[in-house]
Amino acid sequence: MADIVLDKVSKSFPDGTVAVQDVDLEIADGEFVILVGPSGCGKSTTLNMIAGLEDISSGELRIAGQRVNDKAPRDRDIAMVFQSYALYPNMTVRENMAFPLRLAKLDKETIDRKVDEAAKVLELTSLLDRKPANLSGGQRQRVAMGRAIVRQPKAFLMDEPLSNLDAKLRVQMRTVVSRLQKQLGTTTVYVTHDQTEAMTLGDRVVIMRGGAVQQVGPPQELYDHPKNLFVAGFIGSPSMNFLHAAVQDGELHTALGTVPIGDRVRRELEAADAPRELILGIRPEHFEDAELVDDDTRRRGMEFEAPVDIVESMGSDKYVYFTVEGEKASAAELEELAADAGATDFAGAGGNLVTRLSAESPVAEGQTRRVWFNLEKIHLFDPANGRNLTLHEGRAAGALAD
Amino acid sequence: MSINATPTGADVAAEETRQPAAVPKQRGGRRKPPLSENKKAERRLGLLLCAPAALVMIAVTAYPIIYSVWLSLQRFDLRFPDQREFIGLENYVTVLTNEFWWTAFGVTMLITVVTVAVELVLGMGLAIIMHRTIIGRGLVRTSALIPYGIVTVVAAFSWRYAWTPGTGYLADLFSDGAPLTERASSLAIIMLAEIWKTTPFMALLLMAGLALVPEDLLKAASTDGATAWQKFTKVMLPVMKPAILVALLFRTLDAFRVFDNIFVLTAGGNETSSVSMLAYNNLIRGLNLGIGSTMSVLIFITVAIIAFVFVKLFGTAAPGSDDGERR
Ligand SMILES: Nc1ncnc2c1ncn2[C@@H]1O[C@H](COP(=O)(O)OP(=O)(O)O)[C@@H](O)[C@H]1O
Ligand SMILES: [Mg+2]
Repeated sequence: MADIVLDKVSKSFPDGTVAVQDVDLEIADGEFVILVGPSGCGKSTTLNMIAGLEDISSGELRIAGQRVNDKAPRDRDIAMVFQSYALYPNMTVRENMAFPLRLAKLDKETIDRKVDEAAKVLELTSLLDRKPANLSGGQRQRVAMGRAIVRQPKAFLMDEPLSNLDAKLRVQMRTVVSRLQKQLGTTTVYVTHDQTEAMTLGDRVVIMRGGAVQQVGPPQELYDHPKNLFVAGFIGSPSMNFLHAAVQDGELHTALGTVPIGDRVRRELEAADAPRELILGIRPEHFEDAELVDDDTRRRGMEFEAPVDIVESMGSDKYVYFTVEGEKASAAELEELAADAGATDFAGAGGNLVTRLSAESPVAEGQTRRVWFNLEKIHLFDPANGRNLTLHEGRAAGALAD
Repeated sequence: MSINATPTGADVAAEETRQPAAVPKQRGGRRKPPLSENKKAERRLGLLLCAPAALVMIAVTAYPIIYSVWLSLQRFDLRFPDQREFIGLENYVTVLTNEFWWTAFGVTMLITVVTVAVELVLGMGLAIIMHRTIIGRGLVRTSALIPYGIVTVVAAFSWRYAWTPGTGYLADLFSDGAPLTERASSLAIIMLAEIWKTTPFMALLLMAGLALVPEDLLKAASTDGATAWQKFTKVMLPVMKPAILVALLFRTLDAFRVFDNIFVLTAGGNETSSVSMLAYNNLIRGLNLGIGSTMSVLIFITVAIIAFVFVKLFGTAAPGSDDGERR
């Protein structure tokens, strides 16, 4: 067991691609850290550098206090789990799991004992004599996990281990991974491009974009206090709504009406080079049917009216999609996020507003509905660099803060 | 180990119960359900589409094979056409009790085993180099393939001149006599020419096999603690086994029929004839159709046996099948 420290670690490939740039990261002993980001942002490369499968171009990597930049993977005592499972097709499940132990030249009894124990933990005992080709995806994934845990390595590295499983199995395996990690207490770095996995699994989440770390923190912190537009848009499902906001006479003109701003944001906007246009971000759960809001709450936000497009009732609450007029929010980050999400749930910058209203709301498709939203939960971003202007000492304070 | 059994249970176990049916299902492909009309029509069309190719194959291969079997059962020497008669297996007795045949057979076996073994090792090395090269990939691959692109007879002639005392640079360099006039050195040169010529082909086939080894598998082996050599022997070779067997099959069949190099380099002198050389001498030079055909049939049978053995091996080679004898 050990801590892992990345000190200004960078990677550039021979063809000139800079895959990872100056990543600083301290992973404590026993911690479960998630690397998350869109495809191609350098997650795998970072993981491979920790494992020793890729050379580090510059910077230093320390495992348990020791510089390991020049150590071969086999001398780092680290186990890795791959998206493709990477099981040896010619070996049985037992042989697969025993492989690292055999290479470590343990005696046969010890190997058998350890493999049996790990197989029991992962419920693989009945499959020990099968070949990988005759296992289901979930079973293969567990064998890959088993091969990693038998060795009791200093750390586990997992590269999108659940991405090849179907949705239901993925959720089940998520809890398996989580329990296993807690039980073993082994330092774990887990790569995923799925923000739900990132939110539910780790102690801390590292969000990457284009090879650089955007923000590091516990999932809830990233959700509530995103440092920039990219983090705000990446975390959360459905994602945050983004609206164009024009700064005029100390107010923000948006498709939802004129939004007042507090002193703190005003001061930010008084600087000479301050942006004249902002992006306003607000999460779906910070809307509510105006009928259902009590007066006390009402004062903390403002209201608007818009035509209802679609209503999705979840039972516990309702996702209501509104059509809003007005200029679309545009920024490089938003385009990137939309491209990464593909057709999935990045409603983000479209002419659509996603809201999560109470189940009691009598809202119906086709009508025009009055909706309240919470001004204290609003984020304002600079479209030029994505910075969150409402963030103060790491806390997001909404648009009205003084 | 400090792991306790977790109650990860119910959910994962549920998934398990859905699965095992998949395994026995793969076997017992015998009991097929009766074909529907649609399927039958499709099958008929399939056969019709194959028919022209099958007919051509029969015309160009089956007919000559049957004809040589027929010839091999006759006394038939074109120098004495009057004595032509059906003599059953007598030709086979003649050939199989003849010491020239067995010498040639021994030479052929020796050439086959040695060249294929050396080509496998060199070809594997070359394949790995071609596979791993990133810079100048095209150039490396092209230059490695040059020997294979040269016509065998042309290459054989250049080897012959190279080893001829007086004119050849190799002969002057390595020996004081004439290496192509002694048996051992002649055989060595023949094998050298064969290896030089066909190693690239071997490498090409093996490179296709290398491409089958997933990068992740090698990475996994690295983190599991394997050295480069262990990765090669314990991961790459087993995964590549089918490709290696295909390469060996092609090369063994080819090598067993070795002809051009011997024809040019020694013309079979000093007991360096291969079986093909011997068959040629009897059939074309000796005009003895009976004996020559018998030899051809024997070569055909040997080649068929080699192919059969390899195909048997393929069955057990497919990595990752539980039952060893998948076909
Ligand atoms: N061997 C390589 N040579 C050149 N570029 C590479 C290589 N491997 C990865 N890259 C590039 O590095 C970037 C990061 O890749 P990767 O770490 O695999 O992303 P992720 O795992 O986050 O999807 C990508 O732009 C990819 O194209
Ligand atoms: Mg990746």
